[in-house]
Amino acid sequence: MDLIFQGLGEAASRLVSLDPDVRDATSAALVVSGIATLLSVATGVPAGAWLGLSRFRGRKLLLSLVNTGMGLPPVVVGLFVAVLVWRSGPLGSLDWYCTRQAMVVAQYVLAAPTVVGLTAIAIQSVDPMLGLQLAGLGATRGQTLGILVREARLPILTAAMAGFGAVISEIGASLMVGCNIKGDTRILTTAIALDTSKGEFGSAFALAFILLLLVFAVNAVTTWAQQRRRPL
Amino acid sequence: MPAIIEATDLTVSRGQREVVRVDRMTIEEGETLALLGPNGAGKSTLVLALASLLPAGGELRFHGEVIRDAVAYRRRIAVAFQRPLLLDRSVLDNAALGLQLRGMPRPERERHAQEALARIGVAHLARRAAWALSGGEAQRVSIARSLAVGPEVLFLDEPFSGLDAPTRESAIADLGHAVRDERLSTVLVTHDRDEALSLADRVAVLIEGRMRQLDRAEIVFATPADPDVAAFVGVENILPAHVASSDAELTHLEVGNRVVEVTASAPAGEDSPLVGIPPDDVVISRELSATSARNTFGGRILRIEAIGRRVRVVLDCGFPLVAHVTHRSARELALRAGDDVVASFKATVPHLLPRHRRN
Repeated sequence: MDLIFQGLGEAASRLVSLDPDVRDATSAALVVSGIATLLSVATGVPAGAWLGLSRFRGRKLLLSLVNTGMGLPPVVVGLFVAVLVWRSGPLGSLDWYCTRQAMVVAQYVLAAPTVVGLTAIAIQSVDPMLGLQLAGLGATRGQTLGILVREARLPILTAAMAGFGAVISEIGASLMVGCNIKGDTRILTTAIALDTSKGEFGSAFALAFILLLLVFAVNAVTTWAQQRRRPL
Repeated sequence: MPAIIEATDLTVSRGQREVVRVDRMTIEEGETLALLGPNGAGKSTLVLALASLLPAGGELRFHGEVIRDAVAYRRRIAVAFQRPLLLDRSVLDNAALGLQLRGMPRPERERHAQEALARIGVAHLARRAAWALSGGEAQRVSIARSLAVGPEVLFLDEPFSGLDAPTRESAIADLGHAVRDERLSTVLVTHDRDEALSLADRVAVLIEGRMRQLDRAEIVFATPADPDVAAFVGVENILPAHVASSDAELTHLEVGNRVVEVTASAPAGEDSPLVGIPPDDVVISRELSATSARNTFGGRILRIEAIGRRVRVVLDCGFPLVAHVTHRSARELALRAGDDVVASFKATVPHLLPRHRRN
């Protein structure tokens, strides 16, 4: 128990003093996961909206693949992205191995299926009669799509939050493609793993506390969106 | 009145099955046309086809021109459905939605929307969030949203069916005022006969996807075209008859073991038509008295049951006959099952129907 209390005390002091290692890992995690989430929202929301509203042969298979993508093991994604950006790999010329760019790519691959899949569900949850009602008021197809996406904005926000939640707390892919370089590609999860392996529990607790705060914030937004009342 | 919408050979199919076929129908300028029919008759499908919201066969004309640009056409009409289908915005934004879709600037569209809300009695709700409305309020906002665009034709698909009776009555009254004041061409889908009677100039009865009758409301209710229409518009007594004789004034029909005199003529070539007798036109008395009614029969009460504001009395007069009386009459006459009473109706009341429907 002493070890825990000692660790918590040191964590508090590192947080209060804005310890540079903690600050760097936090900012790197927010930048990498933030960009990866933004990219997955920018591409995943239109794709999910299209998937939710369209009817075509093979749609269910595509949805199944997207759903499978939501459960991709991070280490498998890390492996594929590492091979891609490896010096002799297809994207080796970019020289992205052990960089934040590679981490963004890996985290994008992890977050995008979640955003696409949950957006499709969000769009499908909007009353199907609403499209007819909008057309009956003179809406063009483009206007109808825009309004339907806007009506599903809270579930889509949940999708984005789920994407962010999935990547901010993953470790496997980021470690494999980012190489955990101090002050650069070291993020909250990889730093916690490293500090724990070295027995530096104070630093690990401080980072874990920040990670928990971020996860709590994500869930708080999601819960608010889910509990909001809808009109009749 | 000139036709604002004219549909010819209009058909809607689901897969191989034709669910609606209308040879010809018109919506006249300034009229309220009620589309009446039982559940599943195809009323909503027909409205969607008339509003060009559904792929349909045949020809649809608007002001005499064949509709080629569906969006342009839909910007001159408005449709409101059974459920309010409001957006997660304020009431005012919802009411202004159709105008927003037409690109009208915010101040102007808000003014129009506010006026439409006032016409339907919900102006005070303008700043409220749509999710905070009751069912009746939301439905009124939905109708105001349709009125706000100033449609040339308003399609209302059972807009009051989900409301409780008092809310419904007041919403119908407000809609009636709004529609009549502007002589707005309106198509109202309903399965409620009273709603059709209180709002409609003409009534179209749709049964099993086919237009069985389209005429002025009072004609449809007084002289239904066939037994199905008669049953739907509330003519409970539809009895097989045989023409015994006829002269210039009256037709004598054998109904059960009695003779019924009617002023109506049997449909051409029908010796054995059906006779329809609206139960509201049957008078019940305790004793035989001098009356101008040509048809007076002694009978026994088989059953008495309350139906809303009226009492339904089922009689055996040598043929089964249903009469509707008020609760007060039933009380004052002390009607009970098993009592012998006298039932009478005028010769002008019965309507003769073909025994088999003609397509």
